Amino acid sequence: MTTFLLRRLALVLPTLFFVSVLIFGLQQLLPGDPALAMAGEDRDPAVIAFLRQKYHLDEPFPVRYLLWVEGVLAGDLGESIRIKRPVRDLVLEKLPVTAELAALAIVIALSIGLPMGILAAVKNDSAVDYAATMVALWGRSIPNFWLGILLILLFSVEWGLLPASGFVSPAESLSRNLATLIMPAFVLGNAIAAVMMRHTRSAMLEVLSSDYVRTARAKGLSETRVVLHHALRNALVPVITLGALEFGELLSGAVLTEQVFTIPGFGKLIVDAVFNRDYAVVQGVVLCTALAFILLNLFADVAYVLINPRLRE
Amino acid sequence: MTKWLTFVAACWLIVTALISGPGAVSAQTLRIGLAEDPDMLDPTLSRTFVSYVVRTALCDKLFDIGLEQEIVPQLATQWEWTDDKRGLIIKLRPGVKFHDGEPFDAAAVKFSIERHLTMPGSTRKSDISAISRVEIIDDHTVKLVLLTPFAPLLAQLAAAAGTMISPKAAQAAGENFGSHPVCAGPFKFVERVAQDRIVLERFADYWDKDKIKLERIVYLPIPDTTVRLANLQSGGLDLAGVAATDLDTVRKDPRLKLAAVSGIGYSGITINVANGERSKTPMGRDARVRQALELSIDREALNQVVFNGEFEPGNQWVPPTNPYYVKELPIPARDVAKAKALLAAAVAPNPVVAMTVTNNPVVLQTAQVIQAMAKESGFDIRIQATEFASALQLAAKGDFEAFMLGWTGRVDPDGNIYNLVTCNSPFNDGHYCNPEVDRELDAARKVDTRVDRLAHYRNVAEHILQDLPIIYLYHAKWLYAASARLSGFIPYPDGVIRPQGLQLE
Amino acid sequence: MTAGILDSASADAGARPWRLALRRLARRRAALLGLAVVAFFIAVAVAAPLVAPYDPLATDWRAVRKPPSALHLFGTDELGRDVLARLIWGARASLMAGLVSVSIAVGVSVPLGLVSGYLGGAVDGLLMRMIDAMLAIPFLILAIALAAFLGPNLTNAMIAIGVAQTPIFTRLTRGQVLAVKHEDYIEAARAVGNSHRRIVLRHILPNVLAPILVQATLAIAAAIIAEAALSFLGLGQQPPAPSWGSMLNTATHFLSQAPWMAVWPGLAIFSLVLSFNLLGDGLRDALDPRRG
Repeated sequence: MTTFLLRRLALVLPTLFFVSVLIFGLQQLLPGDPALAMAGEDRDPAVIAFLRQKYHLDEPFPVRYLLWVEGVLAGDLGESIRIKRPVRDLVLEKLPVTAELAALAIVIALSIGLPMGILAAVKNDSAVDYAATMVALWGRSIPNFWLGILLILLFSVEWGLLPASGFVSPAESLSRNLATLIMPAFVLGNAIAAVMMRHTRSAMLEVLSSDYVRTARAKGLSETRVVLHHALRNALVPVITLGALEFGELLSGAVLTEQVFTIPGFGKLIVDAVFNRDYAVVQGVVLCTALAFILLNLFADVAYVLINPRLRE
Repeated sequence: MTKWLTFVAACWLIVTALISGPGAVSAQTLRIGLAEDPDMLDPTLSRTFVSYVVRTALCDKLFDIGLEQEIVPQLATQWEWTDDKRGLIIKLRPGVKFHDGEPFDAAAVKFSIERHLTMPGSTRKSDISAISRVEIIDDHTVKLVLLTPFAPLLAQLAAAAGTMISPKAAQAAGENFGSHPVCAGPFKFVERVAQDRIVLERFADYWDKDKIKLERIVYLPIPDTTVRLANLQSGGLDLAGVAATDLDTVRKDPRLKLAAVSGIGYSGITINVANGERSKTPMGRDARVRQALELSIDREALNQVVFNGEFEPGNQWVPPTNPYYVKELPIPARDVAKAKALLAAAVAPNPVVAMTVTNNPVVLQTAQVIQAMAKESGFDIRIQATEFASALQLAAKGDFEAFMLGWTGRVDPDGNIYNLVTCNSPFNDGHYCNPEVDRELDAARKVDTRVDRLAHYRNVAEHILQDLPIIYLYHAKWLYAASARLSGFIPYPDGVIRPQGLQLE
Repeated sequence: MTAGILDSASADAGARPWRLALRRLARRRAALLGLAVVAFFIAVAVAAPLVAPYDPLATDWRAVRKPPSALHLFGTDELGRDVLARLIWGARASLMAGLVSVSIAVGVSVPLGLVSGYLGGAVDGLLMRMIDAMLAIPFLILAIALAAFLGPNLTNAMIAIGVAQTPIFTRLTRGQVLAVKHEDYIEAARAVGNSHRRIVLRHILPNVLAPILVQATLAIAAAIIAEAALSFLGLGQQPPAPSWGSMLNTATHFLSQAPWMAVWPGLAIFSLVLSFNLLGDGLRDALDPRRG
């Protein structure tokens, strides 16, 4: 077990290295001059020269890459050219926001995906199965910015039930925090509900034909109890561990959802930074999210292997 | 199973408990929507317009501009030019304090102006580079000594370059002054969460405190116009700019009020006439082709289609209602026959023009309308959408043929033309160069009566509207939707929201 | 499996599952519905010049944002263009966004995955770390950075989406290669002296195709949504050329005045993407050997 873990951990470093090269390359190769973009409408040559010098924009690529990596290893992720704040501070500030949004999204995804998956597994290959599939898939078939705007128009403008956009931190007011996050979480959660449903369905089908369940049935327990109490409990674990892998998809979805709902999280931060050529922000944030994704994958792999001894070698 | 059901039920309970609308907010907190998140709030280093909007509530300037774009006193009370027009004597308002309690005096003025002139990366330097030094006459009088007479100086001091900051706070914070600015405006800084909000609180010792009725202002950056409007309608915002096409919705909504004012900027097409290889097109080489393009455009129809008729068509760098507009050269009507004749004379009956456009929905729409209109005269306009950041660099390098560009505008007409058409100027992207024009523009800077300056601008217009290095299209208006609860809101031509007089019921 | 009947045995192992799969697919009605809708949209896109009532680029100042009428069945947009015509022509852009980007992804990743899985060792290790790196960057962010890098237009958006989808397909291919690499018939083929190329192309590749097909169908759905997402950010199809994503994006600004501008492209995207998803789901069930 430990050798397995160590071997997997050893792979994290080269992967991170490639992530850093990839994201650094993509950012620095973006057309347009960050100094010019940041210099404002007046385009004062003195300002542009100052920015170019301050942010090493005239140095060759490898030098800039090494300077950046050197900083990262020392804990300095650089500075946002636009608002002159350390990227590390921005990351620490935005991380809890997106994390909360993602967590709520997963809860919503599970509350759709689990029942649909159970239904589909129990009523396998029937009309109910197809209907459940369609319900689970609808969230994946709508562009999330579109769904977001529709929800805003309905729940905020028409019915005045929820705030149209913005974010209130849970420390300030938990109820208003949830009010600001429920629509974006719904949009995000729907997108991955289908995957949750899939996983639940497969896991349930497997468990439902296992000895454990057959014994429960033989004991005379009602079908409902067998399904919901015995089978589901065992099916949940692979569902959740596989669900951890959806984090990447969640972050992708969060990019646009946060734009529409003006949630000050990672997604919005990255998109704005790409368009403003605020490359230090993009590089720093993507590096952090990549690390989180890699570690989550590692956790999922380990958990899956722990549950499934057959896969150990 | 039961556990899961209770969990879901709990979630629903929380949700229903939240149905209290957008949330209770204190009666005198004004929530203003911004079009984007401001960059830093340091008056010397900041580069965005929205930052200026926020700083207007935070920081007072030496002067301000009034509704007629006249110079009015703010932290300065009187001013007087010396006889040789190379000196400006300014009397300062007594009894003014900065947010940190420090007194506002001549030393603070000297410090602030010198900071704008000398701090590395200062974006204010070019605005007031005419100032050679600041002399302290006494505690409440300063003299600005200029290198050369510069009529637009007052207007610059009524804009960002005239912002006064607390020397003590600035020296203590150094480069990080922007994260907690300390000025002498009606509101002081409370907090900022990047991309989320900026919160300001009333400054109890403001010199004009009777005009301030609000307790707090919260600025919320919401880039999407649809979401901004939704916030206004649902009560999440009290005041915000809206798109021209949203005006009908605002007018029909009893919860909202409309306010509009003509802006001071313009939108137009900049033609590459001499900047590198890509200027060697029929469009770039022959003024007749450019004139033909102008004659193909029906500016009224453009305004109608894209802006529901709400904006102002124009053909000069200032709007037709501006005192510096040259009335002898009005907006030409569309004339396809004449355009075709001009193209024939220029031996370019079907010019292909690559029009670089930033991928902003309004600008793209405008470009498409022009594309369709110009097609009738024979023009084949290819729209090349580019991201804003790339577009700037392309423009500077001369990698464009025609560029749809706007200019946010400056109070003084000089600010709308000088740096855009004079030879070798930083943002004369088309590299238009006409020594006559330069001479007239320089002369206009040195005289200070309206009549005299207009005479020079008339000469400039005669050249520009003939050579057409820029085809001016329209002047945007500032359009605001305010909650019906807000009273006292007066929109200003510079698009800045001034908190004086604002009140919420 | 003796050497003599090796080739026919492996060929059989390839053929029989396909026929079974097709029969199973035909039984899943949701998947058939999806297939029908997809076929319908493809037909519409191909026949666009014949079917569209107007030129999708023809503007008309006097008919700006008019509601559906006899003259314009689906109404007009913000520049007076016919929405139905743009919808029909937009089908081309949206379908291409899906098909071309996935083709790019498959075209690049299948060879990569085959090589990586078959060769193993250092090559495999290196390639997989690079693929992992691409996977670690959220898909849309990668697509946005690539599209911004290449420039905003439909072609570049397709390239960007295609490249961003490569890691998934590469992983999938490699996984399949690893699964069958040590099967008896492969070992036997090696023993008989078949070249590596022959083994990979004739024996391994057919086993890879089934999951790739499933993933490709689902990826087409994701690509169409991604094109709409990139349009929202100004990076997809540029005006005046229509695509459902850019039509939807423009329409969101006119929702209260002209809802028909948004309803039709929204419905179109929804039905096409849902259909691809249903089809992919059905294919997955049909080709899954455990489902019987």
